[in-house]
Parts: sequence; structure tokens; C-alpha cells
Amino acid sequence: MATKVVMEALSPTMEEGRLVAWKKKEGDAVKSGETLAEVETDKAVMELVAREDGVLRKVVLPEGSTVPVGALVAIVGGADEDIESQLGVPAAAAPPPQGVGGRVSAGGTPAKAPVAAPTPGAATLATLPPTPSHPTPTPSRVRSSPLARRLAAERGLDLRLVAGTGPAGRVTRRDVEAAGTGPQGRAGLAAAAVAPAAPALAVVAALAAPPGGFRDVPLTTMRRTIARRLAESIGPIPHFFLTSEIEMERAWEARQHLAGLGDATRISFNDLIVKAVALALRQHPAVNASFLDDRIRTYGDVHVGMAVAVEDGLITPVIRNADRKGLLEIAAESKALAERARARRLAPEEYTGATFSVSNLGMFDIDEFTAVINPPEAGILAVGRIAQRAVAVDGQLAVRRTMRVTMSCDHRVVDGATGAKFLQSVKLMLENPLAMLL
Amino acid sequence: MATTFDVVIIGAGPGGYVSAIRAAQLGLTVGVVEKDKAGGVCVNIGCIPTKALLHSAEVANLMRHAKDLGVTAGEVQTDYGVAMTRSRKVAEQNSRGVDFLFKKHKIEMVKGTGKLLPGRKVAVAKAEGGTVELTATKAVVIATGSRPKDLPQLGLTIDRSTMISSDEALLLQAAPKTIAVVGAGAVGCEFADVFNAFGSQVTLLEVLPRILPVEDAEMSDVVAKAFKRRGITVAAGAQIQKAEKGKGGVTITYAVGGKPQTLTVEKVLIATGRAPITENLGLEAAGVKLTDRGFIQVDQAMRTTAPGVYAIGDVAGPPLLAHKGSREGMVAAEAIAGLKPHPIDYSGVPGATYCHPEVASVGLTEEQCKERKLEYAVGRFPFSASGRARTAGETDGLVKILSGKKYGEILGAHIAGAHATELIHELVVARANEYTVEEIELAIHAHPTFAEAVAEAALDAMGRVIHI
Repeated sequence: MATKVVMEALSPTMEEGRLVAWKKKEGDAVKSGETLAEVETDKAVMELVAREDGVLRKVVLPEGSTVPVGALVAIVGGADEDIESQLGVPAAAAPPPQGVGGRVSAGGTPAKAPVAAPTPGAATLATLPPTPSHPTPTPSRVRSSPLARRLAAERGLDLRLVAGTGPAGRVTRRDVEAAGTGPQGRAGLAAAAVAPAAPALAVVAALAAPPGGFRDVPLTTMRRTIARRLAESIGPIPHFFLTSEIEMERAWEARQHLAGLGDATRISFNDLIVKAVALALRQHPAVNASFLDDRIRTYGDVHVGMAVAVEDGLITPVIRNADRKGLLEIAAESKALAERARARRLAPEEYTGATFSVSNLGMFDIDEFTAVINPPEAGILAVGRIAQRAVAVDGQLAVRRTMRVTMSCDHRVVDGATGAKFLQSVKLMLENPLAMLL
Repeated sequence: MATTFDVVIIGAGPGGYVSAIRAAQLGLTVGVVEKDKAGGVCVNIGCIPTKALLHSAEVANLMRHAKDLGVTAGEVQTDYGVAMTRSRKVAEQNSRGVDFLFKKHKIEMVKGTGKLLPGRKVAVAKAEGGTVELTATKAVVIATGSRPKDLPQLGLTIDRSTMISSDEALLLQAAPKTIAVVGAGAVGCEFADVFNAFGSQVTLLEVLPRILPVEDAEMSDVVAKAFKRRGITVAAGAQIQKAEKGKGGVTITYAVGGKPQTLTVEKVLIATGRAPITENLGLEAAGVKLTDRGFIQVDQAMRTTAPGVYAIGDVAGPPLLAHKGSREGMVAAEAIAGLKPHPIDYSGVPGATYCHPEVASVGLTEEQCKERKLEYAVGRFPFSASGRARTAGETDGLVKILSGKKYGEILGAHIAGAHATELIHELVVARANEYTVEEIELAIHAHPTFAEAVAEAALDAMGRVIHI
């Protein structure tokens, strides 16, 4: 029977698509999976594919049309089939999500930030229920009793965060009441009990998320108040900025040495910065986090986004698990991603899911600048140019290559000292690139 | 005959036989030691035959009022012997049903008296003579149950003729002319009901201030009123001083409110409780410890203090109810099979008393809510306001729901009236799943039914009752 072809949500934030070109003409035979048309989304040019075998009987909309997701664009059916009935009724609703990552409302991501919210890393999809790439919790079915739901609603507790002990893991009253004491408190206590002599380690243990997963820490009352008050004071994300000047002599030398070995070992400063940031994020899990309205989520994986300027805008492809990748791997990946980004050929999973971003305007001779955070990431590092500057060294005036970086922090997640310590780690590694080998 | 099994169960009552079937379902080989008939007290001298007699009693009472319903059937005559014979037949059928289930699941029944030996072995003194030693490779389950308890210090000693327990009452050929029932719990109230229907002059004696003392006080009142109306003498708060056997029967001296009374009756039914059967079981030698109250000490998975030895049912502690024992049997079987059974919520075990009107309950009574200083709401709906109850002439009683004031969770639910023991389960399911009164009421109840009273009581707990 004839089926309608509707505009699909080809990216997580896509609400409408522009039909760039029809790849099939009316009367052409099509096979399931074949490209019917190219569609420009808010992020890239994507392919709209046939879901059924048959003949493209009717192209409803011409090239150049912009239509909302779910709108009828064509009819595929048997060669002689009557398709009038299909044409007569407008497509009422979008089909079930077919695109990667599922269909998600764009409401949570400001239009100016061309980076979608993170989904857990690709590796985590196997072990976690699919998390919508939306910074606010969306309702999903949790096995729970009506009483537990009532109690949780009153306490503002997300039932998904409560471990159920009832039949088949059902969340019961007891579980909600136990959760009321706060896993943050209990985790902290447990860590302190284990390692009383090493408070710094205990903090990391409490915040560290399992590899491939994440850990949600419900907000304490203080944290909630901080979040609310700061958000009220400046815009949806209360930014603050930390600037540091980093001496880049050793990094310069290292890069020169590597380049001297041949093209195969050529890396950019940006690759070094991405690596340093990734390692620092691993050391400071509190920065590798998101603010999710009622809790702070720290991620078990480090995915670094890197802003790439493209025609009419910018996009932030993601280097996944950058902390675990070698410099050459990062270099190769970032080059390929940047090229695909400029060609607007990035797949949604290539530009979503960052846990922190780097924006580098050094190539435009910018000394220093501030960048706007891509929600729900908690920070972004704005990187200025490397220049020879007059600096004081041991009381003497000296000329050194330095680079100024400014970190924008989401104050709801990252406090001044937290951000500063993170930035110190970044600085330490860039000033001593050998430290990145440790 | 095989002598080695994965599981050996001592006792084929509602705990043991259910445990055996569950273990067999899980692929274990099972041997069950039973000295009497399959089904235990419940099937043979408990739940089942008493309900058969209570049904006879209900029919007798119904017939007495049949004229009002436009049905005349001549003079109503009762014959306890016939009712008893029928109850035996029903019990026998049920016991054979258990035999059939054993065969179906290839469970071996070893007739005899079992005794636990160390090392998961059970010595069986066989009914036909001789002994056999059974070995359990995985576990032994003790499900020996309980027996009626008497009060020798007051002269109330079960002699199986004039001073009887429920065991003997179930086998009487004729209803006594006069009978005193000592203890007004479920058993006492049920027999008082039966003997009253069969023409005995019944006196119900209870030391506590009201009959059905573990039930909500309002339920006790409903039953007490109905009993008195039917001619049962209800003496609650009765301190028995002594009972003496004489020529004319048994004379009981007791006091109510300090006022001394004497009563001479043909028979005394002692229904003051049941005691676990733990003696001559080799428990101590096997390392199985008892609680202060004499029950076998068990954990959530029904494990005793001896490795590989489990205990379930009456012998493993209160409440002494068949359905509680059956569930424990399933839990034990699953634990033995290496599963992780969900622990039993003992606060959710319903109680059921089958006198007329019936009483059924789950959870806390209103007094318990008060003792625990809970903030609760009470929802009530009397059957006198139920259309369906009026059509059946069953307007005694009410549904009472105690719900948490803040969240509406079901703290306790009590029903006295016709079909109470069936109606309670809506509330048992609701409570076990933490539904609130709102969820109960949101589910549409068919009209006209007795169950509407449950929905109305839920509404009443929220202050929105419609039909009163």
C-alpha cells in the first residue's frame, strides 16, 4: 500500500528542513534506504531516505521548500496504486523517530548555540537507557508506586535517581524516604570514611562517574539557591570568566620537534590544547558536568567540542574520549571533523555530546576573548593567539611566547576556585607538555 | 523409593506442599514427609472443613428467613452429623487434590514422622513401620505446623470428649445442646457461629474486652451485635477462674467486670490459640534455634540458624495463617533454588474470619494508628447504604479504610459484612502496591455490587462520599 514520505527529524534539534534537491523523480523505482532527497537541517545537509520499496509516485513539495518535521513531502507506492486517498489527508503527525538520536525538542538549546546538548558517549548507549539530548529531564516511565510518586513529587525528587527495592526494582515509599537523605551526603560520608587521610581523593571519588556512564548528584539546598540566585542575576546561564596567561615556549618546541620528524607527526597547537583540556577534565570531574535544573550531572567520559567557523556560523564537532586519545589521533580526528564541518557534512552524533568546549580564535590574531557556553556544558575555553610578549622572568624582562586563555564557567556548576584549579592544570600541562605523558 | 532428594520437606500442609510444588517447578527433586494426609491442618482439620460447616450454617440461617424472601421450605431442621460428613468429603477431595499435584510435579510423599538429623538428613519413622533415612542435597524445610493450645492451669485441658479443640469439633456427630467457646478469635467466632446455627446454646468467652480482639474495634462490634441477635451469649472481658468437669458437663467459673458467673455446659471448645510443633524434631541437635516464644527462628529467606535448614509456616512464627505459610514456602523454595525472592511484607498479610457477618482486614487498626500517633483519615461506608447489600438482605457491617492524612496511603482496611473475605483483596492489592485511596476510587466499580462500598469508603476518606 502507498505510504507517505514525511520530513523526518534528521538531527536532534531539527524542527524543519529545507528540501535542497530531489534525488528521485516521480515514477522512479525506489528501494528502502535509498536517498530520496537532500535536506538542509539547522546543522547540516542530510539525506532523506525511503522507508519502503516502491515507486516514487508523487513529489508533493518542490526543491527549495522549507517544511516542518512531520509534513508530507512525497508518496511512495505501487506503480498503479490509487494514491488520491493518501494525498487527500494531510500527514497528521511525525513518524516515529528514524534519525540517529531520536527526535527531540529544540526548545532546550538556544538557537545561537549551535551545539546540541550531550548524549552520553556512544559507548554508553549500550549500557544506559537512551537519554534524550535535552538538558531538562523528560518524563520517562519508572517503575514506582503511586505513593512513592507522590512523596517524590513533594520532595522534588527525580524518581529515576532513586534505586528501587520493590519487586522488579519498583521504587517504593521506603526507597524515596531513603533517597531523601541524599546520595551526595552519603557518598561523601562513605568516601570520607574510606580515606580520611586524603580528603582531596575523597572529593574525586564522590564526584567521579563510572567510565561510560555518569553520576547524578541531587542538588543540596545551598546549591539550589546558588543556582537560582545566579541565574536570576545574569541570564539563563550565569557566566563568569577566568583568564590565565600560559607560557608556550616548551609547547612550541615540542611541536617544532614533532613537525621536524615529518608530516606524519605534525600536530597543531589546538590539538595540544584539546589534549590538555581533556586531561584536566579527567582530573577535575566537577568541571566535566552539566546543570540539569534539579541536579548536577558529572560525566564519566570526556568529550571535547571544538568550535569550527563555517560559512554563516559555527559548529562544534566533538572529539570523543579525548583524554584517552593520543595527540596524533586527536590531530587526525580534528582535521577530518573540521573539514566535514566546513562541508556541512557532519552527522548529528559528530557534533553532539560534548562535555566541554574549546574555541580558538588565535588564527584571527585575537589576543584574548570570552566565549559563550554551549549548554548544557559547564564551561568553554576561549583561546587567544600565541605571541612573543615581554614578560618578567626572575626579575628580568624577557621575551616569551605566551597564550592567553579565558575560561567561561557556568557558576551553577563550577565555582571560582574549582574553575581556577582546573585552569591551573591546563596551564601546567601546556607549559610542561611532558606532563601530558604522565 | 528414592532416599536422596534436592529438598526434603517435613510436613505437607499449606506451607510444605506449596513449597514442594514451587521447588519442583524450579527443577529440584522433592521428597515430602507427612505423617497424616496431604494438605495438613488447613485441608483436613482447619480452613477447608470449617468453611464447609460455615456454609451449612449460612444456609440454615438463610432458610430461617427464606419466608421473607418469598420462599417457603417447611420447617428448617439441621443435622450436624450430615454437615460434618459433607465437610469431611470436601476435605478429602482437597487432600486428594494435593496428592494429585504431588504426582503431577513428581514429588515423592513419604508417609511417616520425620526427624531432622545433622547434615541435612531426615529420619522417617514410617507409618507402615520401619525407618528410612532421607538425604537432602540442598536443603531441609521444616513445615510441621501447629496444634491447638489449651489452658491446663485453669482446668481447661483438651480431653477430646467434653473439652475439645477445633480438631474434635470438626468430627462431632451431633451439635451439643450447650457449648462454651473459650477464645473469641477467628476459630472461636467461627465455631460459635456454626454451633449456634445448628441449634446449640452457645456462650462465647473472651478474656480481652471484645471479641475478635486483633481486629478493628468497629468490626468486633458488628459481629458481637449480630451474634447477640442470633442468640449467642457474648461474654467479653471474661476472666476465667476455673473449669471443672462434673456429671452434667463442665462448669466454668468466670467474672465479667468483677461480677462472678458460673456456666455449666455439655462441651467446652478451647480456641485460645495454637502452639508450634517443634518437639521430637531433632532441632537442637541439628543447630536449629527457637525464638523466645518457641517458634523456629528464621531470616527473610526462611533460613534457620542451621545451614541448609529452612522453616516455614506456623512453626516459623506468627501470624499463624495458611496463606502466610504458603508464601513462606514459595520464598524458601526460591531461595533454595538460588533465586532472590522478594522478602515478605508481613504487615500486608490479610486476616479473614468466616463467621456471619464475615470480617477481613489488612494493615493497621484504628487503635494501632492512634498508638503510633499517625495522622490518618477514616473512610467508612456501611452496607446499609449499599443497594446491592439491601437486595441480598445483607446490610450488617461496613467497609472502613484508614488512610494517611497527607498522602492517602492505605494504613489499614477493615471490612465486616457479607463477602468481606473476598472484598478485602482489592485493598490488599492496593496496599501492597502502595496505591492511595485516590487510585482505588479512580477505578470505576461496577454497580450494583458490594465492592462499591470499598470505592465509597475510599471517597469518604477523602471527604467526598456520595451515597451517605
